[in-house]
Amino acid sequence: MTVASKERKLTIARAMAEAIAQQMRIDQRVFVMGEDIGPLGGVFGNTRGLFDEFGAERVRDTPISETAFMGAAVGAASDGMRPIVELMFVDFFGVCFDAIYNLMAKNTYFSGGEVKVPVVLMTSTGGGYSDAGQHSQCLHGTFAHLPGMKVVAPSNAYDAKGLMTAAIRDDNPVIFMFHKALQGMGWLGTERDAIVHVPEEAYQLPIGKAAVVREGADVTIVGITSGVHHGLKAARALAERGVSAEVVDLRSLVPLDRQTVIDSVRKTGRLIVVDEDYQSYGMTGEIISSVVEQGVMLKAPPQRVAYPDIPIPFSRPMEQWALPSADKIIAAFETMENH
Amino acid sequence: MKPSREQQLWMYEQMLVSRYFEESIEKIYMEGKSPAFNMANGPIPGEMHLSNGQEPCAVGVCAHLDADDVVTSTHRPHHVAIAKGVDLDRMTAEIFGKKTGLSGGRGGHMHIFDADVNFSCSGIIAQGMGPAVGAALSRQLQRKGGVAVAFLGEGAANQGAFHESLNLAAVWKLPVVFVIEDNAWGISVAKSASTAIERNDQRAAAYGMPGHFIPGNDPLAIFEVAGEAIARARRGEGPTLIEIETYRLAGHFMGDAEGYRPEGEKDALFAKDPIPKFRNHLKASIGWTDADDAELVARAHGLVDGAIAFARDSAYPEPEEALEKVFV
Ligand SMILES: Cc1ncc(C[n+]2csc(CCOP(=O)(O)OP(=O)(O)O)c2C)c(N)n1
Ligand SMILES: [Mg+2]
Repeated sequence: MTVASKERKLTIARAMAEAIAQQMRIDQRVFVMGEDIGPLGGVFGNTRGLFDEFGAERVRDTPISETAFMGAAVGAASDGMRPIVELMFVDFFGVCFDAIYNLMAKNTYFSGGEVKVPVVLMTSTGGGYSDAGQHSQCLHGTFAHLPGMKVVAPSNAYDAKGLMTAAIRDDNPVIFMFHKALQGMGWLGTERDAIVHVPEEAYQLPIGKAAVVREGADVTIVGITSGVHHGLKAARALAERGVSAEVVDLRSLVPLDRQTVIDSVRKTGRLIVVDEDYQSYGMTGEIISSVVEQGVMLKAPPQRVAYPDIPIPFSRPMEQWALPSADKIIAAFETMENH
Repeated sequence: MKPSREQQLWMYEQMLVSRYFEESIEKIYMEGKSPAFNMANGPIPGEMHLSNGQEPCAVGVCAHLDADDVVTSTHRPHHVAIAKGVDLDRMTAEIFGKKTGLSGGRGGHMHIFDADVNFSCSGIIAQGMGPAVGAALSRQLQRKGGVAVAFLGEGAANQGAFHESLNLAAVWKLPVVFVIEDNAWGISVAKSASTAIERNDQRAAAYGMPGHFIPGNDPLAIFEVAGEAIARARRGEGPTLIEIETYRLAGHFMGDAEGYRPEGEKDALFAKDPIPKFRNHLKASIGWTDADDAELVARAHGLVDGAIAFARDSAYPEPEEALEKVFV
């Protein structure tokens, strides 16, 4: 057998479905509900095959009633089940956020730790394909800001499976954000680098541990989901001009692995943070503060490449201009070089 | 209340415009999207929800409205926008993401706003309910007349916003009409699988307002029932809920493989296409001739072709324009 034949490349969509199926096989308490997650297999493919294997009782298409089924996820979780619930686009959180941030996130605390709320809320994020301002947001900061929920967001299929497995096994609510452009659904474009080898057996990754996905000495680029891929592309381009960039994939926003970022910036002395979420009051500011607070010596002011503070425009030239990109990261580095 | 000859011809023409518009958009949408179908590509990127088959809902209701009346619509808005009199050139340009579009390309096909005719729509299910109630409240407070109509899909009738809005409208006796376009599907989920009762008009009773169900996707029946409901609202007698059985002749959105449809459903729906049916009705009732028809079809096509040429010829916005219009 050649090495290549052992490669088992999966999309994030397939990796998510595989992780869910494996946990459903060993844990009867796990069930899935959401819109079009049954026979259709999810608009973004991440529940494909589950309905056929587990049937309508455990893989439940819901009415378009997020307020009800999000609250129901909280109630079922507190009563001994382990629901995985899909919010089709993260942008739809507005119709069900009360159950998320006032119940799912707080019931454990309110009850002094007596009540567990082991919900996995999986939801799609991101734009770049002209779906306009109610179907393209990331909202990383919105969810991560509010205490009581873990928030994970994988950049590749290996992490997606490991984080999904960990999320299902976690006794706390976990928001699992998957970026549409990384999902491996051709109709949303496909980021090749997100499709990677995924072992068949179940495994979990620790929630709250960042990964150094490329080592370097001159600058640290920190990102999550799509931002990681922009960072890797920028790092490859910078390498051609002799600049060695380190890329950190946060993988989770809550808990946030500040130490990995700080260690990296201590080494490189330069920091660029990339986020497809809105810039102000968000992840980029949080990362920079975390580094600066620790008194890490910087060779140049830290830079951020994030979404401007505007609703996401439909028209392609405007949207593409507003999105983070490898070019913007390189430009940010040049600003630092000239400092 | 029967439509006059002029009203019938108006409805028919709007249906022709709407259908040909969708057929044109469908073709153009596919430009640049083959062999690989990627939503981001082509002159019309993003999601595209077409209204082929649902034209009767739009024309039967909007026949009773003028520009001053308020309409909120959904993610599937083109037929309603056309019947409400939205500027077709600028709407088309918006769908293409052009600078000359109604919103300068900021909104796209799910966010069509034309203040001149009080039309708006949006992409989140049942989102237009509250704003329609609010517009009706504003008319009541300003004592300036006019009604509001909220269009929604049958899937949206399971949202909290639907139920809360019905109750609020009834408690305050507001001049608003709720129109459910029941096309039997919410993406891949059948109405029967998502809705506890067979017909949503029954829900009107729970909110103390009249409820009507209109079978058969019939523009004349819709005209009649909607006319009553809108007249009632204008008289200050409060809201009405209407559910219309209609047909979605297209997929949920472009690119939908529609594998969830039972065998033969699509053919059965096409056999009931409301446009040839209406044409035959006109022939039987008002002596409509093939020559009349050819003339009207040509006019409708001309209008749409003109709008598409306008959109294609228009420039894209400058990228930096993305920063404008966040605030006024
Ligand atoms: C709150 C919310 N949930 C889910 C969606 C995703 N979604 C878009 S259209 C649709 C189906 C809507 O069905 P219906 O109301 O019957 O309208 P139709 O598409 O049939 O016109 C769904 C679930 C959404 N846009 N908003
Ligand atoms: Mg429907």
